[in-house]
Amino acid sequence: MNVSDLVNDLGLVIYSGKKGLERAIKGGYASDLLSDVMGNAREGQVWITLQTHKNVAAIASLKDLAAVILVKGNQPDEDTASHSDEEEVPILGTELNAFEITGKVYEKLKAHEIVQS
Amino acid sequence: MRLYRADLHVHTVLSPCGSLEMSPKQIVASARKKGLDILGITDHNSTRQCEVMKRVGVREGIHILCGVEVNTREEVHCLAFFETTERLEAFEQIMENHLPDIKNDPEKFGYQAVVDEDELILDQPGKLLISAIDLSIEEVEKKVHEMGGIFIPAHIDRMRNGIIAQLGFIPGTLQCDALEISPFTNHETMVEEYRYLENYMFIQGSDAHYPDDIGRVHTRFYIENTGFTEIKMALAGLNGRKTELV
Repeated sequence: MNVSDLVNDLGLVIYSGKKGLERAIKGGYASDLLSDVMGNAREGQVWITLQTHKNVAAIASLKDLAAVILVKGNQPDEDTASHSDEEEVPILGTELNAFEITGKVYEKLKAHEIVQS
Repeated sequence: MRLYRADLHVHTVLSPCGSLEMSPKQIVASARKKGLDILGITDHNSTRQCEVMKRVGVREGIHILCGVEVNTREEVHCLAFFETTERLEAFEQIMENHLPDIKNDPEKFGYQAVVDEDELILDQPGKLLISAIDLSIEEVEKKVHEMGGIFIPAHIDRMRNGIIAQLGFIPGTLQCDALEISPFTNHETMVEEYRYLENYMFIQGSDAHYPDDIGRVHTRFYIENTGFTEIKMALAGLNGRKTELV
């Protein structure tokens, strides 16, 4: 399962980093504390957050994450989007809140046997 | 150069989490007892206690640096200081415009009171002042500097509302006049843990919410007088002015 599959299945908006849409998804992580993500997110995960600061793109790239999903209609700051384009890590969006989208992503990953319950 | 002892992070009764004992008189009395010369008044998202603090400070020989502890959109706490009343009020207006409409519940969060010199309550702002304002840390920094102010991310070592916890690291493009550390760490520990911090200027502040906490740490300023320009020069390490952690 790659990022574009998730975009299609969940109707996500693509804000930036289109070149990374073929990245494979290996799991998910939800957190708004960027230091926590730096310490605990793992390569290939989809990161769900409400933060829009440019450090989001920097950390997604540093941790080699598959993509970022911004919740509640939040849009990336300008420099966040440009950084995500450069690093080819997609920033996606949804109108749902973190609880709702995390549940949906989890169900998808479970159906594809990417996460086990 | 003369040595001035400064605690640039002090709350008053205006902060909901600030003790009711934190009236202008008591704050200044406590600062005198601790041998401080300069106090930074930094309530959450409001500067409205600064003018009274300044008047009491002048009378008692404590220099008051008027400022605020802004809570940015990313929930990062940042200290900001301004030279004139006009600029302070202009920044106050910006914060009021960007503070979300969440009411303060004094039972849960504490009282938010603007008081006069005699501790009489002049006003109680209705909105909860500890909310995050709807401006990014970059937007706040830019506005502070456009207004000639001083911008200092607060208690950067803390897990709660410190810039490193919230943002993972300090963006290299953010123009910080200094970084503040809490009483619970020191410069050496910070630079050892985060090598990239060694080029930043540091201050240490008490983040006092109770009179006894004022001055539990302080920063030494070597300056000619307590003027705003002198303080700025010390933070920039210019013209022989400097700061020193104790």
